[in-house]
Amino acid sequence: MKNHAWRPLLVAIGAVALLLLVRANVVPSDFGVNGANFTYGFHRKGSIDDWKAVHVKYRGKEYCRECHEEKVVENLSSPHQIIECENCHGPAALHPDDPAKLTVDRSRELCLRCHAALPYPQSHRAEMPAIDPGEHNPGTACLDCHNPHNPILEAK
Amino acid sequence: MNSSRRKFLRTAITSGIAATLPLSAFRLLSPAEVKASIGDDKVRWAFLVDIQKCVGCGFCVKACKLENEIPYDLPVSRTWVERYVVTKDGKSHIDSPNAGLDGFTSAKVRDEEIEPAEITKAFFVPKLCNQCEKPACVQVCPVGATYQTLDGVVLVDRKWCIGCGYCIMACPYGVRFFHPVYKTAEKCTFCYHRISKGLQSACVQACPFGARQLGNLQDHDDPVAQTIMTQRVGVLKAEYGTKPQVYYIGLDERVR
Repeated sequence: MKNHAWRPLLVAIGAVALLLLVRANVVPSDFGVNGANFTYGFHRKGSIDDWKAVHVKYRGKEYCRECHEEKVVENLSSPHQIIECENCHGPAALHPDDPAKLTVDRSRELCLRCHAALPYPQSHRAEMPAIDPGEHNPGTACLDCHNPHNPILEAK
Repeated sequence: MNSSRRKFLRTAITSGIAATLPLSAFRLLSPAEVKASIGDDKVRWAFLVDIQKCVGCGFCVKACKLENEIPYDLPVSRTWVERYVVTKDGKSHIDSPNAGLDGFTSAKVRDEEIEPAEITKAFFVPKLCNQCEKPACVQVCPVGATYQTLDGVVLVDRKWCIGCGYCIMACPYGVRFFHPVYKTAEKCTFCYHRISKGLQSACVQACPFGARQLGNLQDHDDPVAQTIMTQRVGVLKAEYGTKPQVYYIGLDERVR
C-alpha cells in the first residue's frame, strides 16, 4: 500500500489508542457492570461504599436510654412512648461528644403537628386528642401545663 | 534483511499501540461473575406505607432532612407528605406545604377554607423514592452515575454525576431533585447507610404511628413481605411499567 493510505490509517489508529489510554487512566478501575446487568448496574463500585459510609444521626430511643434511663422509662409508660426522643430533642448523632447539648424543640408548633384538630374522620388524625390552636390558650407554651414525656401527668 | 527508518518507525508505532491496549479493555464481565463478587442477593428492600395510619405530623420529613443532610430550609426533600381532601362536589384539594416538614396544623388547603361538612374523605399520603425494579431514571443516565444495587436500591454516585438532569425528568414520580450543595442529582436512598447496618430508615424510625415500614421481600418471614404478599396493597403509576417497590395500604385512585 502507498503512503497516502497508510498515513491516515495510522492517525486513526493513534487516535483510538489515545482514547483508550485516556479512558484507562480517567475511568476508575472499579467502574463496570457491578449490578444485576448493564442497563441498571453499570457504575463505579466504590460509590456503594461511599453511601454506606454516611454517618448515622438518628440513634433511637435505646441509645438515649444508655444514659437517660429514668426519662426513657417514664416515657415508656405513657401514650407518648410511640414517639422517638429525637423527634423533639433533635438527632443525637455523636452526643454527648458532638453535639454536647441537643437543641430541644419546645414550640407549640411541634405539639400541633399531631394535636391540631383537623376534620378528617377517615384518617387516624381524627382519633388524636386534638385542640383548635386558635382557641386553646393561644400564645401559651404547651409545656406550661402538659408534661411531654408523659402527657397524662401535668407539667412539673 | 533490509532496514529503513520508515520501517523501524512503523514497527515501533504498531507495537506501541498494541502494548497500550490492555486486554481488560475488551473484557465484558458477566452479571453472574459480578454478582458472585459482590455477594448477597438475599435482600430486596421494599417499603410499605399505611395511609390509614398517617396523621400528617411530618416527623418523617424532618428526620429524613436532618439524617441525610438536605438543606433544612430550602424547598427540596427526599420524602414528603401530601394531603388529600375530597369534597362533595367531587373535587380533590391537594397540598404539601414545605413537603409537610412542619406537619399539617391548619385545616386550610392552599389558603382555601374547606367546610368540614363538605368533606367526603381526607387522608395523608407519604411519598418517597419507589426504588423501582426497572428504574427509568437509571436507564437515561448518560454517564453511569446512577444505578441499582443488587439489593434493589437506586443510588446516585455524587463523584460521577455531571448534573445533566435527565434522571430528574425521567422519574415518573418526581422524587429526584438537584442537591443545592453538591450540585448533583439527589434522591431517597432508603437510608442506605442505615439499612446496611441493620438499622431502620430515619423516616421509619421517626414515624410514631407505624405508617412507614421497610422490609426485605426475599425474606418470607419478614412482616412487610408478609403484608405485601397476603394483603391488598397498591403501587403508584403502575401503568409506567417501572415496577415500583413502595407499596401502599388504603391507596385511593386520586393519589398519583
